[in-house]
Amino acid sequence: MTAISEQTGAWLEQFTKRQAAEPWLQRLRNAAFQRFVELGFPTTHNEEWRFTNVAPIARTSFTVGRASVTSSKYQVGLAAAEPHLAKHASFHHSAFVALNTAFLDEVSVLRIPRNTVVEEPIEITYDSGRTGGVPHATHPRTLVLVGSGSQCTIVETYKGAGQYLTNAVTEIVAGDGAVIDHYKVQQESLTAWHVATMNATLGRSANFTSHSISLGASLARNDANATLSRGTEATLNGLYIVTGAQHVDNHTAIDHAMPHATSHELYKGILDGKASAVFNGKIIVRKDAQKTDSKQTNKNLVLSDEAVINTKPELQIFADDVRCTHGATIGQLDSEMMFYLRSRGIGVREARSLLIYAFAQDIVDRVRVQSLRDSLERVLFEKFHEHAD
Amino acid sequence: MALLEIKDLHATVGDREILRGIDLTINPGEVHAIMGPNGSGKSTLAQVLAGRELYSVTGGSVTYERKDLLEMSPEDRAREGVFLAFQYPVEIPGVSNMYFLKAALNTIRKARGLEELDAMDFLNLVREKMKSMEMDQTLLNRPVNTGFSGGEKKRNEIFQMAVLEPRLAILDETDSGLDIDALRTVAAGVNALRAPERSMIVVTHYQRLLNYIVPDFVHVLSQGRIVKSGGKELALQLEDSGYAGLGIADDEEVVARV
Repeated sequence: MTAISEQTGAWLEQFTKRQAAEPWLQRLRNAAFQRFVELGFPTTHNEEWRFTNVAPIARTSFTVGRASVTSSKYQVGLAAAEPHLAKHASFHHSAFVALNTAFLDEVSVLRIPRNTVVEEPIEITYDSGRTGGVPHATHPRTLVLVGSGSQCTIVETYKGAGQYLTNAVTEIVAGDGAVIDHYKVQQESLTAWHVATMNATLGRSANFTSHSISLGASLARNDANATLSRGTEATLNGLYIVTGAQHVDNHTAIDHAMPHATSHELYKGILDGKASAVFNGKIIVRKDAQKTDSKQTNKNLVLSDEAVINTKPELQIFADDVRCTHGATIGQLDSEMMFYLRSRGIGVREARSLLIYAFAQDIVDRVRVQSLRDSLERVLFEKFHEHAD
Repeated sequence: MALLEIKDLHATVGDREILRGIDLTINPGEVHAIMGPNGSGKSTLAQVLAGRELYSVTGGSVTYERKDLLEMSPEDRAREGVFLAFQYPVEIPGVSNMYFLKAALNTIRKARGLEELDAMDFLNLVREKMKSMEMDQTLLNRPVNTGFSGGEKKRNEIFQMAVLEPRLAILDETDSGLDIDALRTVAAGVNALRAPERSMIVVTHYQRLLNYIVPDFVHVLSQGRIVKSGGKELALQLEDSGYAGLGIADDEEVVARV
């Protein structure tokens, strides 16, 4: 308890110094802070955090920071958020979500009216930029409300400079039959910490695709959670690339709460240097969720002897008429492919980049935002070029 | 001046010696067939010449255009004009045939002091070569060898050879798994590439391929050594009497390991 009070003390000081918000929001903040104090930062004794040590975050005294954020014409006032805010991303089980909720201030609330097709991607960029000085913490909060029968593309980007903590929470609510293509691009500074939770509550026959691209940060933890309704189709794609001493942890949870829903999950990771990665894919099929069709795949390309990957499926199936498959692979660059490329004159360096690119290609192909796909292709080609030979 | 001179070549895989003293001299323009039963070391010889690191060369020398071939990396050998048509072409999902071949051709052209081809010139070149190999042009946009039939893979090898224009082509059991029509097309592709300055090593188990690609010399390999050399008539003699007729049987220990 002493340790927890030490950790939360600095946060308490900042919390009490804050300007009061509207009563409903202040009540929410107070309850969330109370919960944060009770939970404290998780340790590696907590099964959900077994391979990700957040002690460096717990030990640091952060100043309050604020990420600059882009706005969109679909942005609405905070009042629209009241019925939904914190209803989808619960702070009762997560200290980081509790902390985000306690410090929430500006919320990016996007609302797409019913039966509206938004062609252009809606981009939200959180920039925690600044270098030097005392590390700061930002708590970006996004709420996306998509009306029934509507269609949109959301691109959330996180970036910054220097040492800081981004503690982000995104809640997505999809009406019946809504179609959402969601991208989260994490390209934080390599000295930053990034913890983010996304919760999607998906309506009947909604079609939700999430793409989580994790490139930056010294430590990154991404929780992607989706609750499915009757006939919902959810696709969770992920790509994580870590080098040096980077650590990335992807926890996903798909809750098949109702029958006839489909979920497809494909997470791919590329690890080099002394980097480490975690994939934990939870799939819950509730008792009533008959005819569930669920497929989970995690593939890892490990380029060095010192990189470490922990991958674990976690299936909880309570219905009997379902199809659930899962698989995980960990491999190195294929020596036969390397030889084939080299025997055609292609040098080691380029052969390596080609095969790394090829490994990630199906995830990149699923990115439907052209500018994003281009920049991903660039990252893939450039990131591993300097390491070869 | 010989293009390739192999002297007393020994090679091992693990602690097993596969090549036990190969001597072979190939002059420009010559086509040499290497025949032999399973496990005799034919494919090992082909792979060692292309630089496969799986095999360790434990003795002897290989001189190619007056250079020490064994000192060169696989990519440098390719850039200097050595080409291996694989017995089992490798599937590379995620890399398009077109991208792969353009990268290969331009690296090799650069090494030869030629200008790199732009997309248009490259496309014109490959279209023409594909036509002569009777290949479906959509194969260009597919990932390298991925989902290709056995015949398509072998054609793709010879097509690559036609585009890369090597000085020394090594064909490793290019006939295996081909029906007679595919065999004819592939052989015609190979024959079209015969030239006074280009030499070929044709590795095959069966004489059938040599009806279509007629060699200048035939060598019979057994237990890692060339036990008999002759003209094209040696292949016909083997057709009649089999390897047993020469007192050669499959090297069973190796066959069992494969």
